[in-house]
Amino acid sequence: MAAPTLNENELLERYGPHLNYEPPGGWSGDEPGASDELVKTHCCFCGVQCGIQLKVRNNKVVGFEPWEEFPVNRGMLCPKGVKRYLQNEHPDRLLAPMIRTHRGFREATWDEALDRTVQAIRRTQSQYGRDAFAMLGGASMTNEKAYLIGKFARVALRTANIDYNGRLCMVSAGAANKMAFGVDRAANPWSDIPQAKALIIAGANIGECFPILTDYVWRARDNGAKIIVIDPRMTPIARTADLFLPVRPGRDSALANGILHIMIERGWIDRNFISEHTTGFEQVVDLVKRYTPAVTESITGVPASGIVRAAEIWGPAETSMLLHARGIEHHTKGVENCLSYINLVLATGRIGKPGSGYGTITGQGNGQGGREHGQRCNQLPGGRDIENAEHRNFISEFWRIAESELPQKGLSACEIFDAIEAGDIRGLLTISFNPLVSIPDANRTRTALEKLEFYGCIDFFLSESAHHADVVLAGSLQEEDEGTVTTGEGRCVRLKQSIAPPANARVDWQILVDLAKRLGCADYFPYRITDDIFRELASASKNAPVDYSGMSYAKIEKNMGVFWPCPSFNHPGTPRLFEGGVFFHPDGRARFHGYEYRPPAEDVDSEYPIFLTTGRVVSQYLSGNQTRRIGPLVDQYPEPLCEIHPLLAARLGIADGDTVCVRTRRGEIEVPAQLVRTIRPDTVFVPYHWPGRKSANMMTNRRLDPISKIPEYKVCACNVKKAGAGKPRT
Amino acid sequence: MECGTHRGRSMIHLDFIDRSNSTQTTPVVCMHCEDPACARVCPADAIKQTEDGIVHSSLRPRCIGCSNCVLACPFGVPHYIAEIDQMMKCDMCFDRTSIGKKPMCATVCPSQALYYGTAEEAARLRIETPVNEFRFGRQAVRTKVRMMSTPGAGHLDFDITNHMQSCENTLQDLATVSIWRDES
Repeated sequence: MAAPTLNENELLERYGPHLNYEPPGGWSGDEPGASDELVKTHCCFCGVQCGIQLKVRNNKVVGFEPWEEFPVNRGMLCPKGVKRYLQNEHPDRLLAPMIRTHRGFREATWDEALDRTVQAIRRTQSQYGRDAFAMLGGASMTNEKAYLIGKFARVALRTANIDYNGRLCMVSAGAANKMAFGVDRAANPWSDIPQAKALIIAGANIGECFPILTDYVWRARDNGAKIIVIDPRMTPIARTADLFLPVRPGRDSALANGILHIMIERGWIDRNFISEHTTGFEQVVDLVKRYTPAVTESITGVPASGIVRAAEIWGPAETSMLLHARGIEHHTKGVENCLSYINLVLATGRIGKPGSGYGTITGQGNGQGGREHGQRCNQLPGGRDIENAEHRNFISEFWRIAESELPQKGLSACEIFDAIEAGDIRGLLTISFNPLVSIPDANRTRTALEKLEFYGCIDFFLSESAHHADVVLAGSLQEEDEGTVTTGEGRCVRLKQSIAPPANARVDWQILVDLAKRLGCADYFPYRITDDIFRELASASKNAPVDYSGMSYAKIEKNMGVFWPCPSFNHPGTPRLFEGGVFFHPDGRARFHGYEYRPPAEDVDSEYPIFLTTGRVVSQYLSGNQTRRIGPLVDQYPEPLCEIHPLLAARLGIADGDTVCVRTRRGEIEVPAQLVRTIRPDTVFVPYHWPGRKSANMMTNRRLDPISKIPEYKVCACNVKKAGAGKPRT
Repeated sequence: MECGTHRGRSMIHLDFIDRSNSTQTTPVVCMHCEDPACARVCPADAIKQTEDGIVHSSLRPRCIGCSNCVLACPFGVPHYIAEIDQMMKCDMCFDRTSIGKKPMCATVCPSQALYYGTAEEAARLRIETPVNEFRFGRQAVRTKVRMMSTPGAGHLDFDITNHMQSCENTLQDLATVSIWRDES
């Protein structure tokens, strides 16, 4: 039973989050001209992966300098990047492995912690079968680790149940990309954005989640672009749009169908491109016939005039880019939403050209690379498919195992927790994953963690999930290891080790290699340095859809990133995909997919009449395991607020700052109300970075998209009351 | 901002204009006036302007914490910091700009709402026009820092009555409000 053995206050006191405000040694230690080293590397927060120089003194990160030569952000950073150095030398940093006792945790030696982990793996697997032990990775880690985790799970653990927290992020967009284009990557480099004359930004809170891309969008505007933003909230980027369509949560596919309806009616489609480079258009033409402006308005809550105006801007534009993110992806029809929007791109033929194309903006530090190298339940390195016989043969031979020993497709991240609840999975190893905060329906996640017979955690801070762990293996922060990540535009960039892990903590990949050795698989993991892993993952991707085989650390550094596919050492990489209208499907054609709108898994009703949608704030990242420990970031937005429109608030008798109880069928939280006219009056918003009684994911719905298995974070039904109202008076 | 000289304290302000109605935020940096009111009203002569036009933060040994500068600045830039009993404000990151770097805020600004360069460069890159003359009633203030304004704008007027539909009607309305009457 993996329940925490300390109460909440004791855990908080020992393991934080405590707030760090000063670099090591305080401000007085910073003398001009001190012998600081500047390490050119990247920010760890979000898929933009801004270049940054970490200032290092005596194996300590003491600050940063902008890296103005790195072409993507040219020195620009968001508050997370500016303050990221405060995660180093942090009082909460795990400095040694720990083992749970009846009163919290005690420090252990590496031998003891690793042995205990391996014993638990063996015991679980011999008693319940190999697949009863699951592993969960993360998409904030390097390509090297993503590859290693997938290989470790299949070759050393020999479990089918390996997945990652990217499952919670953008897998619906990834699946849609593969279905439409035959490959999963943003089609264009971000440098194409300022050349676009029309932009659709659907469900992407660019100003807060990918802040430096605001500059790209605004440069497009300065060049005369018209900008359409689609979101239930008037986000910072929406404020400066030419057209803002405040869509009702869960209605995105209908809105895209409605826009395409007008484009076809007015002839703003490229018939030549469609006939020469695509298939499936006729089915879509039939489908969108019924999505007249009036019908679309009634489904989406967007005025018919706005739908027509969007088509008028997008349809005849000379160049255009579609950008989307979690807002349309976090749905039980996430794949359908993405494909419906991709239809708007394919119908105009504006893709594979300068200033014209498409991209999902990945949210996690390695949201792109983390989904390419085999840590997904359905995937092998090189973006290969675990159910494809040819791909299985190639990888099993490459790994020198029999194809029959290579596990089949396993369960996805949320399904793994369902299986723990059902008793089918008994042991779990996670790395850089905080499921208690990030997976929907947190009460069930907690029950599942408590039910585990063994839970091992590799992490650098003790996350809320790790409170439940039997063994905690003190791993590495991003700046404590070497490697590569692949950004949201498909550019593989180089992370440089700035400092060694402190005290008795170890770099993550060495922990996995040590575990593999103890599991009797040393021969399969002969790595001395991360470059060994990189060279192996690059070779493993040869001739695969996601081809890194022509990349090397030196080449990546020299070019400040290389875009895949890069199939040979003299190949420059591929910043823009689909040039000349050539797609990655065997016939070279892109695919239209049209879908009838269907409602979200949980729609509003008389009992739960308000839409709840969730998302991020600019100063926090994911489950907050890092950013909730950085003082200035916490000060910027200290606790979750419930955004609510004054019209709705008036009906509910709620004033600005009142504590409100937001309740769904799964749970409730109490947070202060923030009355704003920037959200639809039928919808409330709560950001999700916090645990426990402030956790938005206590309320969200764990229903999954059938294709991608992404959960529906962006819409469920709630009611909102002033806290304390309706309770009997004492 | 992120350097020892500022000890982690931001020397600019960032505010929501009116969060209940908009997500709009605005940064407030020192405008570095040609004839800085803050320096003129300082009784301790603690605020110095250098030849390059930079109006510096108060000098630690001279600042008496009186907050005259806070009251005098037409842009609301100086802030009195009680813990150190001193006024501090944006000094255009003198430690950086004096060695050829850009100020930290303009370097990292993700939207380039804060941009460091010449007025000519800004005018070339943006739709808007850079403006550095501001009129507060009859007083005109010229600054080193420019604000991007409506294309073609020559100066910015900060008298609110210029932006109101009818000043006279408003004054008539005010006259009917009881607070304006002599109640004695």
